[in-house]
Amino acid sequence: MTRFFAAMILTCLALTATAEDVTTYTLDNGMHVVVIEDRRAPVVVHMVWYKVGSADEPEGQSGVAHFLEHLMFKGTDMLAPGEFSQVVAANGGSDNAFTSFDYTGYFQRVAADRLDLMMQMEANRMTNLALTPEDISTERRVVLEERAQVTDSNPGALAREQLMAAQYQNHRYGVPIIGWQHEVAQLDMPELTAFYERHYAPNNAVLVVAGDVDPQDVLALAREYYGPIPANADLPARARPTEPPQRAERRITYVDPRVSQPYLVRSYLAPQRQSGAQDDAAALVYLAELLGGSPFTSELGRALQFDTQTAIYTNASYGGMSLDATTFSFVVLPSEAVSLPDAEAAMDDVITAFMNNDIDPARMEAIRTQLRASEIYALDDAQGLARRYGTALTTGLTVADVQAWPDILQSVTPAQIKDVAARVFDRNSAVTGWIVAAQEDAR
Amino acid sequence: MEIRFRGGASLDLPGKRGATNLMAALLEEGAADRDAQAFQTELERLAARFSFRATDDTISISAQFLTENKAEALALLEQALIAPRFDQAAIDRVRAQVLSGIASDAVNPRSIAGATFDAAAFGDHPYGTSLDGTADSVTALTRDDISDAHRNALTRDRLYVSVVGDVTVDQVGPMLDALLGDLPAAGPPPPANVAFGLDGGVTVIDFDNPQSFALFGHAGMKRDDPDFFAAFIVNHVLGAGGFESRLMTEVREKRGLTYGISSNLAPMFHAEMVIGSVSSSNDSIAEAIAVTRAEWARMATEGLTEAELAAAKTYLTGEYPLRFDGNASIASIMVGMQMIDLPPEYVINRNDFVEAVTLEDANRVAAELLRADDLHFVVVGRPEGLQSTK
Repeated sequence: MTRFFAAMILTCLALTATAEDVTTYTLDNGMHVVVIEDRRAPVVVHMVWYKVGSADEPEGQSGVAHFLEHLMFKGTDMLAPGEFSQVVAANGGSDNAFTSFDYTGYFQRVAADRLDLMMQMEANRMTNLALTPEDISTERRVVLEERAQVTDSNPGALAREQLMAAQYQNHRYGVPIIGWQHEVAQLDMPELTAFYERHYAPNNAVLVVAGDVDPQDVLALAREYYGPIPANADLPARARPTEPPQRAERRITYVDPRVSQPYLVRSYLAPQRQSGAQDDAAALVYLAELLGGSPFTSELGRALQFDTQTAIYTNASYGGMSLDATTFSFVVLPSEAVSLPDAEAAMDDVITAFMNNDIDPARMEAIRTQLRASEIYALDDAQGLARRYGTALTTGLTVADVQAWPDILQSVTPAQIKDVAARVFDRNSAVTGWIVAAQEDAR
Repeated sequence: MEIRFRGGASLDLPGKRGATNLMAALLEEGAADRDAQAFQTELERLAARFSFRATDDTISISAQFLTENKAEALALLEQALIAPRFDQAAIDRVRAQVLSGIASDAVNPRSIAGATFDAAAFGDHPYGTSLDGTADSVTALTRDDISDAHRNALTRDRLYVSVVGDVTVDQVGPMLDALLGDLPAAGPPPPANVAFGLDGGVTVIDFDNPQSFALFGHAGMKRDDPDFFAAFIVNHVLGAGGFESRLMTEVREKRGLTYGISSNLAPMFHAEMVIGSVSSSNDSIAEAIAVTRAEWARMATEGLTEAELAAAKTYLTGEYPLRFDGNASIASIMVGMQMIDLPPEYVINRNDFVEAVTLEDANRVAAELLRADDLHFVVVGRPEGLQSTK
């Protein structure tokens, strides 16, 4: 055969990634610094993560963490409103921010030689935000529009809010990150500035820089820009209410005419990755893959989508990066002729059968291989690695925990999986939701 | 590895809307002697990642695999492309998934707006309907229809490939010959070009939701137009430049009417548009639309300022090299360039094209391209103070 495709090949410098190269440091004021070297392209991602999220909000002020994130793009003593992003753009970069239950992060992606300027501006807004009442009233409208778009226009998102509120009986994970509409509408200068002053400080922040940088240069810059900011001596501990023993299963029917097809969700309270104790979480990663990872090879996929046509979609998921107890969840979208009770019974039969049978060694091996490969694929994405470290360090984990995680995953045994599954699959700590267009679909 | 076949869902035969999309979704559902589950089990064993997707004008295939089992991964991919099984059980299962998606789109404001806009703008052309097909058309598809779609869409005369990673140029030629050499040589011609057929105005579609979603646009500019870079800069300043764009500044930052608004040049293979979208509460969408129209008109009549042009150039030229930051991103840039006939040296010259745009060029193009009276807004929701025109 001729090489008839050869003429079409563009040759380009292929990037060769090697194992992630991570340097860590702590400034005198308590700010953590993580540098991930990736010299393949002249790009740097500069991120500052604060160890504060919606679950750290005072009661009655839901949404204040996220609202403040928006306001961080307004003016400071040095920058006019909007100037931060203007300067980033004028330097060919892009910037954004995100708020979660446990953290709030700000990042810029720029040419590596602009890192200096990014740090200068990010350090400035850590403690020098200068808000006006107009900034707040306009941005409140934006945040309410965001909620209307992302949550109120989406029946699945509204259902998730209800499920989370039922899942957590005492912990703030039961309150949506974006906030309840009626509480966001009331947030104003006193709440926002109090939250800012309490939580935005170098001893509550993690700097993550990933890309084409020399760690020593980054440390020097970090000392120059973040180093002079005094630590907040009154930084509150992240003391959150913990869940009481949950003693009763909760069941929800969420009715919304915008739901196209009925489906069900089941979530169980589950342990998170904890520093020095990640074995349960690692086993839960396997459990999610085994029960509802691939629709072709997982237990739910095989039983409900192949052996029978009970469901159109099935899934099991677990996210272990969380400061406090997280959830292990199932979703089943039944086939047209299958009722929700029948679909739920079929799902529970799969879980029961899984608990009663041995785990197929070939499946264990396939998951192990994929987890190992995903570490190699992850090296192609410096920003993804930066997020991994930022999330870990703001959810109670250490750099050592992050680096131990791949090996912990590789060493998971079937016995560990069964053991943690037996503890997690307790219906008293579970919420089951039926999401339907009309009440009559819930039978 | 990124593979593209031009044509895509636009090659659906008459009465068979959705066949190409269903076919693409079935490429991961078994090939040669492996049924769907066996195929996926093998894929998992290799820890390779394949994705197969139909768009309006392409079949898009991405493959990521490890050096240690490259030969096996490529052999499996070859089977998926050359010898897909299209088992009836798989067809029925995936068809149910597609039908579920169609049902979901029917109650989704964005999908409703898109379908309405496309139908009005492009009529009977494939661009006028969803590549998913309708519930009726998808339900009626047979295995023969799927096989026809496969035979028509995956042919060597419309093939583009890029490979990036732990491989040498010398290895790639034979590798691709083995992977793709057994595909049919040629397929049917693509559909004709189509003119944007929607006049200026407003179409309101009633939908019970606290917010209205508006999709808007008018005819645009071809990618190979000599003025494309001028248009690209004009649109960047108008509505593609994130927080810095005029639409974001006026509609979000100054008035708080939305979480986000954007406009985009959409040069497709057979038509071209300038389109945008915005969501706003039912009591403020009319104002958001009025401001959008006014900004559209202001850009056409006043054009850019020298400072805006300079800021746009700095951003666009600074941002471009940052895109090449991983093997996967380089592979997708490279395949995309080939599909619109850009030579390899485009990567080197692209920023010169941006720099070459003068204020006169930009403002002449803004006046020609942006026609506020031609904008048509499809609004899905319960907008206050807004009615369908004519």
